[in-house]
Amino acid sequence: MTPDLIPLPVRPSEIVGAGADQDGPVADLLRVENLNVGFGDRHRYREIVRDVSFSLRAGECLAIVGESGSGKSVTARTLVGLTGDRSRVRADRLELAGRSLLGLGDRQWRRLRGKDVGFVLQDALVSLDQLRPVGKEIAEPLRLHGWGSRGTRQEKVIELLREVGVPEPEMRARQRPYELSGGLRQRALIAAAIAMGPRLVIADEPTTALDVTIQAQILDLLERTKEQGKALILISHDLAVVSRLADSVAVMNGGEIVEHGTAAEIFSNPRHPYTRQLLDAIPSAHSRGTRLSRTVVRTGLGSSVVPLAPRGEGPVIEAEGLVKRYRGPDGVDRTVVDDVSFSLAPGETLGIVGESGSGKTTTARIALALVAPDAGEVRLNGEAWSGLSERRRRARRRQIAVVYQDPLSSFDPRWNVERILADALDGEEYGSRAAKRARIGELLELVGLEPEHRARGPLQLSGGQRQRVAIARALAPRPAVVVCDEPVSALDVSIQAQVLDLLCDLQDELGVSYLFISHDLGVIHHMSDRILVMCDGRLIEEGEADRVLTRPREEYTKRLVASLPQLELGPDATPDRPQAVA
Amino acid sequence: MSVATADPPVLRRGLELPRAATLLRPGVILAGLVVAFFVVAAIAPALLSSGDPDKINLDAVLQPPAIDHVFGTDQSGRDLYTRVIYGARESLLIGFGATALAMVLAIALGGVAGLAGGVVDGVVNRGIEVLFAFPVLMLALLFVAVFGPSVRTEIIAVGISSAPGYARMIRGQVMAVRDSGYVEAARALGHPYGRVVGVHIFPNAMRPLVVVATLGVGQSIVWASGLAFLGLGVPPPSPEWGALLDAGRDYITKAWWLEVMPGLAIVLFALSLTTIGRWLQRRLEGGTAR
Repeated sequence: MTPDLIPLPVRPSEIVGAGADQDGPVADLLRVENLNVGFGDRHRYREIVRDVSFSLRAGECLAIVGESGSGKSVTARTLVGLTGDRSRVRADRLELAGRSLLGLGDRQWRRLRGKDVGFVLQDALVSLDQLRPVGKEIAEPLRLHGWGSRGTRQEKVIELLREVGVPEPEMRARQRPYELSGGLRQRALIAAAIAMGPRLVIADEPTTALDVTIQAQILDLLERTKEQGKALILISHDLAVVSRLADSVAVMNGGEIVEHGTAAEIFSNPRHPYTRQLLDAIPSAHSRGTRLSRTVVRTGLGSSVVPLAPRGEGPVIEAEGLVKRYRGPDGVDRTVVDDVSFSLAPGETLGIVGESGSGKTTTARIALALVAPDAGEVRLNGEAWSGLSERRRRARRRQIAVVYQDPLSSFDPRWNVERILADALDGEEYGSRAAKRARIGELLELVGLEPEHRARGPLQLSGGQRQRVAIARALAPRPAVVVCDEPVSALDVSIQAQVLDLLCDLQDELGVSYLFISHDLGVIHHMSDRILVMCDGRLIEEGEADRVLTRPREEYTKRLVASLPQLELGPDATPDRPQAVA
Repeated sequence: MSVATADPPVLRRGLELPRAATLLRPGVILAGLVVAFFVVAAIAPALLSSGDPDKINLDAVLQPPAIDHVFGTDQSGRDLYTRVIYGARESLLIGFGATALAMVLAIALGGVAGLAGGVVDGVVNRGIEVLFAFPVLMLALLFVAVFGPSVRTEIIAVGISSAPGYARMIRGQVMAVRDSGYVEAARALGHPYGRVVGVHIFPNAMRPLVVVATLGVGQSIVWASGLAFLGLGVPPPSPEWGALLDAGRDYITKAWWLEVMPGLAIVLFALSLTTIGRWLQRRLEGGTAR
């Protein structure tokens, strides 16, 4: 890449601001005034962050909240000089501990990173060097900043790992990232970020890829960091996560801070419509039966477009004693699904919730007959299903459909929307090509897409639009059941809200049943009539959604519910939450 | 362009990406012209040269390049430019023929291995490895010994030796596509397996091969020329480029143009195909999913 040749425009205020003006009331550790960050060159220049201002004191936490593309990550990266060669950073003031960060060179940034500012990245699996033991990785900032000797660094690494709650630190330090779980990797990243004792720690979506119980542990850890007097900037799309830690919250949208205030203000009395929209969009126990997004309720389109497949009175799916074992790389059999039974009534939503590796996706794949169970049986619409040969099953596959977490990979990359839907309609008789085209149009309308989307390829659609196409494809064969495997996990809150609303509308109109899989308790609670809680392949608890999630009987469910970050509305609303076990 | 949906238009990356990649660069245009020139030479050489490639003129033996013989003449006084033009047919035939043969073999082997998996995959894979281990020269010698030197022999020799590389690639592609989300989605829709293979697996697995094949044609010509240079190619008096190289070897100290001019044709053609292949690669990869 070519180095940035555009000189940073120097304003008089920068020259003055560099050291002369230090008479603020309480010394802010970080001061940002009118920060603008843009990317591109003379021909194509785009401003990603506009006029962002905030300040932060030691021991405080600022949360920057927004959806993808809001500019929150770019703002964070600006503070460590990692915006890249083609970026252009302007600000009236950008100071850390009274020192201006504007116009720093690469060397100066390197001296600052890790030492004065620690940066915790989102995905620990890609942010850590796969081939290096994590201990080495954590020692790296120490070495770069000339801390101690080889031996003392070794001790320091162990100490740091212990500090961030990694059990058996001596052994873990010698392991490589892929040998560690997601939670341990994230801890290692945090250890590396705080190794040199920076006064400011920036965490960019630190818990996004993690299970709720692990997320709770990482949040505890960040809270401790804050209590030790470090300033913390938390970047997240998840308001609930943020509400637990933040003293102040900045809500970003389209590169600007639309609302900025104390956490209590923002959560209990949001003023900006966008903030309200974000808060409304969060699915939870309270939101059941209400709409999350501000889209209009559609009326009476459904049943004429997608008349349901004929079905009986009994349950659409009955699963009895399902067992599935896989042989691991070490040659040991692992039981991924262990004696799981459930049934799904017509028009009902059965939620399956559990952490990663709990066997919920395998259960869904057995229900879809994409995986054969080692024991047990699935019956579909009262008839044999899992035991049939694929040949005999094929004709009945249209009774059960699936919506995946990542719609992009579930579409043939060569096809456009029209072709994808036409393919799903194959197997039905249409008098003419025009009739089929008309039906595709109806399907698009059903999921809230426009005719102009027909010709688009999957890459030319937004994440929400892709998931709408996936839903249209699932409904095309008029199924009785749709298996939704984490259908909204990859979406922003407001898009997630629209897709969940759409799924609810469609169920009201079509009477279709959902087998709804999610790791997100809020989403599950919002959507499900009944819930299965799974852990390590076993069914832990089953029952009415409200009962299971508000009065859980089993220890595991209790822990799961407890570790879910709730929106904390003001200081007195803080529940007495048990600390999650490390 | 307006997007009228409930979703805010957050992600529009797909629309922005390909612009730079679709721009034709001067190098690509030039490469296209070179390829077009040689293709014309292969189909209708008389259009590009009025002479006769086999016409002997003992008054003008080993003439260096000049106005009346732009590439010079050979030891029998034949015009080298005319011979290079007329040689294009056999050279291109070898290039395209060998690549086509390699592809057919590779699709059969790689496709079966990738789709079947398990024992079949293991057996085919070992076979591919054995082929890999054979030096091209050994194979070529074998074929020349059996069939005698000819264009057909070169096509078979070069084709078989380049097949294992492609087969490996196809196998990998087929396996990746076989396990992809859209293949599972098609299965879940109840489409028969044969249709899934034909509609999804095969076309998507072949996609990257368009580029590789383009690169492969140039590569095959270079290989064939190398064989010819060692005397294992098309026998004289064929003006095939490799054969020209072979014939000029004896005069390498006296008449440099006998080596340089056909060599230039080979290099130009191979380079042009490579340029076009890379361009295709950028274009195709710019517009598709990972």
